[in-house]
Amino acid sequence: MFSSVNSVALFGMDACMVCAEADLSEGGLPVFEMVGFLGSEVKESRERIRTAMKNSGYLIPPKRITVNLSPADLRKSGSSFDLAVALSLLMSMGIFPPERLEGTVVAGELSLSGEVKQVTGILPMVLEAKKRGYKKFILPEVNALEGGAVSDMEVIGVSSLKQVVSYLQEGEDIAPTTVSLEDKLMERREAGADFADVSGQALVKRGMEIAAAGMHNILMIGPPGSGKSMMAKCIPSILPPLSVSECLEISKVYSVAGLLGEDGLVMQRPFVAPHHTISPQALAGGGVVPRPGAVSLAHRGVLFLDEFPEFHTQTLEILRQPIEDKVVHIQRAQGACTFPTDFLLCAAMNPCKCGYFPDRNRCNCTQVQVKKYLSKISGPLLDRIDICVEASEIGFNELIRENAKEEPSENIRQRVVDAVEIQKKRFEGTKLRFNSDIGVKEMRKYCSIGQEEEKLLEKVFSKMGFSARGYHRVLKTARTIADLDHSDEINTTHISEALGYRGIDRRYWSA
Amino acid sequence: MLRLDNDVRFITPFDEEFPEKLKFIPSAPKGLYVKGKLPDENAKSVAIIGSRDCSAYGASMSRYFAEILSNAGVQIISGMARGVDGIAQRAAMNNGHPTFGVLGGGIDVVYPKSNKDIFDGILKSGGLISEFAPGTQPIARQFPSRNRIIAGLADIVLVIEAKIRSGTGITVRRAIEQGRDVYAVPGRITDPLSAGCNKLIEDGAGVALTPERILEILGIFEEKSENFHKISAPRLAKREKMVYSGLDLYPKSLEELTHITGVGIPELLGVLLQLELKGLVAECGKNNYIRKT
Repeated sequence: MFSSVNSVALFGMDACMVCAEADLSEGGLPVFEMVGFLGSEVKESRERIRTAMKNSGYLIPPKRITVNLSPADLRKSGSSFDLAVALSLLMSMGIFPPERLEGTVVAGELSLSGEVKQVTGILPMVLEAKKRGYKKFILPEVNALEGGAVSDMEVIGVSSLKQVVSYLQEGEDIAPTTVSLEDKLMERREAGADFADVSGQALVKRGMEIAAAGMHNILMIGPPGSGKSMMAKCIPSILPPLSVSECLEISKVYSVAGLLGEDGLVMQRPFVAPHHTISPQALAGGGVVPRPGAVSLAHRGVLFLDEFPEFHTQTLEILRQPIEDKVVHIQRAQGACTFPTDFLLCAAMNPCKCGYFPDRNRCNCTQVQVKKYLSKISGPLLDRIDICVEASEIGFNELIRENAKEEPSENIRQRVVDAVEIQKKRFEGTKLRFNSDIGVKEMRKYCSIGQEEEKLLEKVFSKMGFSARGYHRVLKTARTIADLDHSDEINTTHISEALGYRGIDRRYWSA
Repeated sequence: MLRLDNDVRFITPFDEEFPEKLKFIPSAPKGLYVKGKLPDENAKSVAIIGSRDCSAYGASMSRYFAEILSNAGVQIISGMARGVDGIAQRAAMNNGHPTFGVLGGGIDVVYPKSNKDIFDGILKSGGLISEFAPGTQPIARQFPSRNRIIAGLADIVLVIEAKIRSGTGITVRRAIEQGRDVYAVPGRITDPLSAGCNKLIEDGAGVALTPERILEILGIFEEKSENFHKISAPRLAKREKMVYSGLDLYPKSLEELTHITGVGIPELLGVLLQLELKGLVAECGKNNYIRKT
């Protein structure tokens, strides 16, 4: 007797519908064969399934059993097919009627005891099933919260093979899991790091506000112990609150990476801070079956690179394309896949090797050493960083004022949200989302300036001699500053402030 | 006198042009490689020396003293090193005044590379002097013996900025052995880079408060030039004046400046940009500013 059950295969972020077909036939020697371009972990599942079924009370009949996972030209990997194959077998054994699994997709790993165990990538699987018009998804109970976030899908979380069979025999009824993301996102407001806890550092705070408002990448330069990492951790608290679609996007990445926690979904903007010894593959994503790297785990959140110049040059250069395209394409022997990488880059570094330049009384570095230290960051990468600020050492004055009231992140976030709204209106109907996305072509349309402003910029350029690329960065930043100011026009105040955040690629500081 | 390639000549105390001053110093050099001119024995010479990694204050003082002294016809002698030496010599050279570099390596070895412009430009009005054969690499142990020639060629040794233990200290000791006057520019007592100078003053060195005073000691009486503190009293808007007065020759971070002036970051950046455009302020590190003269 022949039967088939729907399941999903995952490759990178992409899911693909797979059919688990089983056939029991008389004659010949009894065998249990599994075919369909299977990875070794899928081939092994035969023994798991056989034992799990036995321990759940279903003996596999001594017949010629063939299981095929179609399409047969797509390589299958992962442990998520166990449940589908087992159900397909049980169906062909006539344990439950085939109609019960119509329009239903199944995924889950089996343990020898017949327990249904957690699998990675449930969210993209459920989304794919929804796209293909399926109405029901049977998955491990542990993954139910994750799958339940997808609307218009009946998600059934099961804990054992016995339970599924009883459900399919219309014995036990299992209530579908539904999660209202809107509600969940509303209730989630537990405070992490907050700018209210950072005393002083008005410059960095202002820089981060602008960075968050226009999604500009930001670089902090400052001596050790000036609180760079602490302030970076505060950035998620001033970014606009997560929307439902953003939450799903992030959760999809984490689902594939197998990093979803108890909550089932990622409810906060991610803050990813890899150590500087990170390999290029770990940053960009990779592996035989590609897994998302740090750039993708920081999607819609913050990628914080502390000790920026200490990263290997090769590793840093990888950032260029993800920053530009907001996606990263990973190509491996088994195929190519694409991960989203729309993050805000926050980098931190010391001004020189010892960390104290330009305080010559503490810094013993020579000019050459200072230059060498800074030149570890390539020009093309610096071109992608719009804002550069100094984190100065927390001085006596600021420590004394410690009791003084600092502005909490919530207030800053309000201004950021307003500025983001303005941008949303401006870019309606275009591909752009934030001021930092404005390309050279659109510059004239969105960043037009008056005569007086033009004159100022001209003067600055001839006097300080910085590049044409710098010009665009200054204008984009000025646009965001104007948005924060609720001003339609970019005026000289905005431009002069933006100039104060210019990068370090300009002829470097002469002492 | 022996003529060598590239206009280099080798002179000994038997040559007429051999500097008289060097003949009678302890362990006087037996011979010198020279390119370009030698210091005019009838004019006054001042050696301006100091730390290679000087602060913005040191750099600015070096430039200031070198400019005024050389404008008054004083020849600047130094070691062509990074920092104070090079800054002083460049200042004199760019004004077309004679300056002489005493090298710690061969006369044809450009070191440090960042001072290549001085190597090329100095010959117009000044010259290069070395005790070492052409091609000799500048290694640290040759520098102390070079320092005795710097002191030897000068009438006054002026120390701009130095730490307690430094190569500058060696030059000063040689200068004292040779009976040259030593002057030091004082600094804040908390600054390690000024500690050497302050210690010299404590030990009895002259205090170099103004270049005019040095000129007087040399017997040159100039019309009183403007005081350093008054050089820049440009007409400024109220805010600009306030920010400008908050700045000095030691780098101040933007953070400190908002505290001092009470002006918010966005506005402060605008004011600083205006001052920078007027050439009154320089950014010497990311968001660190100094007063420029």
